[in-house]
Parts: sequence; C-alpha cells; structure tokens
Amino acid sequence: MNPFETLRFAVHGLSANKVRSGLTMLGILIGVAAVILLLAVGNGSSQAVKNSIDALGTNSLTISSGAGFGAQSTATSTKPLTVTDAKALADPTQAPDIKGVAPEVQTSQTALYDGTSHTVSSVIGTYPAYFEASNSKVAQGDYFSDDDVLASRKVAVIGSTTASDLFGTASPIGKQIILGGTPLTVVGELATKGSSTSGFNDPDDVVIAPLPTVQNAYTGFGSLSQILVEATSADTTTQAQNEITTILMGTHGITNASAVDFRVSSQTSLLSTRSSTTQTFTVLLGAVAAISLLVGGIGITNIMLVTVAERTREIGIRKAIGAPKGVILGQFLAESTLLSLVGAGLGVVIALIGAHFTIVGIKPVVIPASVYGAFGIAVAIGLFFGSYPASRAASLRPIEALRHE
Amino acid sequence: MSPAPVIAARSLVKTYGMGDAVVHALAGVDLTVHQGDYVAIMGSSGSGKSTLMNILGCLDVPTTGRYLLDGIDVGGLDERQLSLVRNRKIGFIFQSFNLVPRTSAVAQVELPLAYAGVKAAERRRRALAALSMVGLAERADHKPNELSGGQQQRVAVARALVTAPAMLLADEPTGNLDSHSTREVLGIVDRLNLSGRTVVLITHEDEVARHAKRVIRLVDGLIVSDVRQAPVVGPPPAMAAANAASAGPAAAAASAADVLAKEAIR
Repeated sequence: MNPFETLRFAVHGLSANKVRSGLTMLGILIGVAAVILLLAVGNGSSQAVKNSIDALGTNSLTISSGAGFGAQSTATSTKPLTVTDAKALADPTQAPDIKGVAPEVQTSQTALYDGTSHTVSSVIGTYPAYFEASNSKVAQGDYFSDDDVLASRKVAVIGSTTASDLFGTASPIGKQIILGGTPLTVVGELATKGSSTSGFNDPDDVVIAPLPTVQNAYTGFGSLSQILVEATSADTTTQAQNEITTILMGTHGITNASAVDFRVSSQTSLLSTRSSTTQTFTVLLGAVAAISLLVGGIGITNIMLVTVAERTREIGIRKAIGAPKGVILGQFLAESTLLSLVGAGLGVVIALIGAHFTIVGIKPVVIPASVYGAFGIAVAIGLFFGSYPASRAASLRPIEALRHE
Repeated sequence: MSPAPVIAARSLVKTYGMGDAVVHALAGVDLTVHQGDYVAIMGSSGSGKSTLMNILGCLDVPTTGRYLLDGIDVGGLDERQLSLVRNRKIGFIFQSFNLVPRTSAVAQVELPLAYAGVKAAERRRRALAALSMVGLAERADHKPNELSGGQQQRVAVARALVTAPAMLLADEPTGNLDSHSTREVLGIVDRLNLSGRTVVLITHEDEVARHAKRVIRLVDGLIVSDVRQAPVVGPPPAMAAANAASAGPAAAAASAADVLAKEAIR
C-alpha cells in the first residue's frame, strides 16, 4: 500500500458520504477563516489607528495644562498656559529642537451660510505654525498669514466636512460665513484627513482662525487650551520635550520637576497606548477564533467515530481479506486529515477573499503568519482528533467487526 | 501429495462465556485436510461449524488446541503476521457475500492484491482474469448494489481466488442464493477444486454437500462422522458424474473455464 493508494481509499471513503464530509469540512473552514479574518480585522484596526495618528503629525508635541491623569505630580496650584509661554518656547537659542510653536484656543460654534446652519465641533484659534505642526494641508485657497494674526483679521481656514456641509459642492473660498455671530471670510479649505477611526472626532469638521480673532470673538484673552509644538524632526521629539519642560518650569516658576503643572504628550506615546489597546483586542479576537477551530476539530472526531461505527463491517471484510492494522489506521487517518486539509485550504481561500471587504468600518490586513498558523493547526487537529477513531477502527478484531450489523 | 497438510488441527476447543454459563462451541476437534481435498462441514445451527470455520480462517483463535495452516503454527503469529496469512493463504467466501459497499467489482477483487502490495497494472490484469473466470468480465465496473445475489457471490469467489490462496473457505456460500445461482457458484467451486485448489465449505444442505469429496458432520462441537465420497486426487463427485454422462456442452464449457482458471492462478 503506497501513500497514493491510501489517499485514493480516503477520497473514496469521504465521497461516499458527501453531505457529512462537507459539513465537517465546513466546521474546519469556518474555524480557519475566522482565525485569519478576525486577526486581520484586529491588525487592520491597529493599522488604521497608526495611520490616523501619523496623519496628525508624528513630530508634533502637545502641551496641555494640568498635572496629568495620574498623581505623579505634586503641584499645589495650576498656572494656565498663556501666550507668553508660547512665545518663550519659540526662542531658538533656548529651544534649538523646536521648529514651530502654535498656541491654541478651542471652542465650538454654530456657523451660518446662506441660510444653512452647521455646528462646527472644533473652532480653533491659533498661529500659522499650527498647519505644519498638525500636518494640515489646504486643498484650495491658502493658509492665513502671520499678518492676519497680528491684525486680528476675520479670516478662517475650514475643514472639508465643514465646507461640504455649508457650501455643498461650491467652492467656499472668498465666501463669508457667520460663525457664532462674527462674520469670517473663508480663505482656504483643508484637504480631507479622512481618518474615520471610531472614537475620534471628525478631524475634518473644523474652522481654524487667527488666535486673536477667536479670543476676541468667543473665548476671551485668558488661558490657552493647549500649545502645539513641532519638533525639528521625529528623532528630536524627546529633546524638544525636555526643552519645553525646562522653559515652562522657568515661566511657571517651578523648581521641582515632579511638581509641574503642565503635561507634554507626543503622538508616539499616544500611538503606543492605542496600539497596546488594539493588541488586546486582536488577542481576544484570536482566542475566540481559536475556540471555533477547536470545535471544528471535535466535529472531526465525532464524524470519524460515526464513520468507524458505521463501517465496522467493512473494516471486518477488509481485515478478513488481509488488510493489516497499519493500512486500516492509515486509511482512517488519511480521511480525517484530508477533511481538515481541504477544509483548512478552503478556509484560507475564503479568508483571503473576505479580507478584501471592509468589515465594520475596518479594512482587514491579513497577517501572513496567521494564515500558515491556522492552516497548520487545522491539519494537526485533523491528525490528532482523527487518531482516536482511526486506532479504534484498526484494533477491531476481524470476527467481531464482521458480526457487526 | 505435498508433505504438509493444508489443515492440521489438534484438539481444538473454543468456549464462550465464563463460570456456569460457559458454552463449548468446539469440544476438541481433530482435523487434517490435504492439498486438493474438497471438504464439506455439515451440522445444525449451534453445532460449532461457524466457530470452526472462523478458527480455520484465522479470524478467531481457539481457546486451546493447535492449528497448523500449510505447515505454519498460527497460534504463534502476531496481528500483522495473521493479516498476511489471511491475505496469502486463505480465500474467504461468506454467506452474506461481504463485499465492500460502493466499490466496483474489479476494485473488490483488486483489494486483496492491493493489501499484498501488488502493482496497479498487474493487479488489474489478475483481477480481470479472476472476474472472467467467474463469468463477470463484462460487469467489472458494477457496484454491489447493481449486481444480483448470484453475481455478488461470484465477485466474492473471484476475490477469494485472486491471490491464489492455499485454500478456499466458504461459509454457507449458497445460503442466500436461489437454485440457479447455487448451481453456478458451486460449478465454479468444483472447477477450482479440479484445478487443484483445496476447498473447505460449510453447509447444512445435502444438495451442496454432494459436491464435496469428503463430508464431516459436527454435533455439539464434536466430529460425529467423516465420510469420503471421492478420492482426494481427481475430479469432485459432481463433475465426475457429469463427465460420466458426457453431456457435451456443459463439460466442454467447464473444461474451457479450467484453462482460464489455471491462467488466472498462474
């Protein structure tokens, strides 16, 4: 009996009961496809988070007021961030690794244009450096200038969502919108950032205006919401962070580094938090999928046991005409392995096809290792779970097997 | 005559159950069968003839006693060697045909050769020769459910003889067949015996036993009579009678089949 013969017998045995073989394969197929697809979805979502953070700018740092989430700081009082702080940071001698500084105030206002009303979730007052630091580019029109800031001109650059909500398909450039009672002339429209990762605000629903304009019209000249700092490169963010801390400790009159009343966060730290969250998510998805693969394996055992019971007489006949134990064992093992092999193969195909579709807003990204892993495990499951029924079939005594009805 | 008898059994005992409920299926059977003999084992239901047959066919082992098949002590063989013995030395014919379901006739006949490790082309040639011997060459691709009872049994006969075994063991081969198919199957068995094959068959029909050269009767696990109807060497009684009548066509057909049989077994 060569392997080819054994395989031929196995195919013959499986095709004798097509529905049953098909359903068993379906179990393995679903298991394998689930493992690959769910891991791909998990991976895809972490990629999406990574991309959206990249879109925000990788070498930007955000300074916000307050001691932070934890109790690391022992600051007794909190000084708000001011434009003076921002100006101190813009000193190139004290902070050589800082490229640009953009103080920021944020509010939310209702915009009106030609009878259309739209609530802008984020109205930002800032300096032109903001655009580069936050990786925002204009699609049409232009940024506002330093001159506009100095003169507190009533101009604005709007996000693509805001533009389409207010103007439809028409160009917003040069049009005047009424934002919270103040008329602003639109000078530019930002390119769509489009990272629609759930949990984030739409980054395209935004109105950006010169800092004094926004302070004058809405927030008053008090504290800043945050200061956006752009480091000279992604590699110098750590140095820039240290420089910021030193300068702000000076302006806030703090001597103890553990008692700072501000917080400097980089996108990289945000990134690692996010990716560790999605990591957990991926592991959970993988675990659920692995369980379904295991259930598929138990299905194989069940079906092979039924097959052995049903074909006991046939096994008896085969033994009576001289089939050695090894051949019977081989035949049933080959059948169960073939079941899992074909099931897993189809599962891989289905998963690879399924990965081309967007699932719950996430574009799956297949991890190659999960394909090999799931396939290998499925085949191993076929061997492992098939070996019990197979050895039971092989060790039947011929006379008892023949008497079986 | 060959030096070792095909079957040499000494005081075979087989018991089932334990303690008070013990049943002696065989109570000490001595049996010697020489090459070329044609033995019918008769007995009523429960006389132990099927048990004897299973032991002779190495499907079951005796509780005590010694059994030499073709000079080999079967009692000392392990599982793997036993399957070799069943494959090479014995050809089985069962009352209920025992064909493998959903498998074509030629594949059935090839099966013992496949287990013996014969190459595919050679296997096909020998299987087709065996099938044409039993007159089923044109039904080689039929599955068991597409064949009549007589045809199924003839496939089983072809399967039993394809490995050229030392003996054919037939357990009530005609028990499930009508009289026409019975004549066909017994005719084939007679011709096989004529060509030198040892045959042991179990039956409870006198009609069938008349074909044998020697008739053994079992009662309660013991041999009660052993009658020789024809010499070991020579044609089986039914064929001898037919030749004596020299009825022409039937005998001619039979001897033509003999040539085929010798070819197949060669």
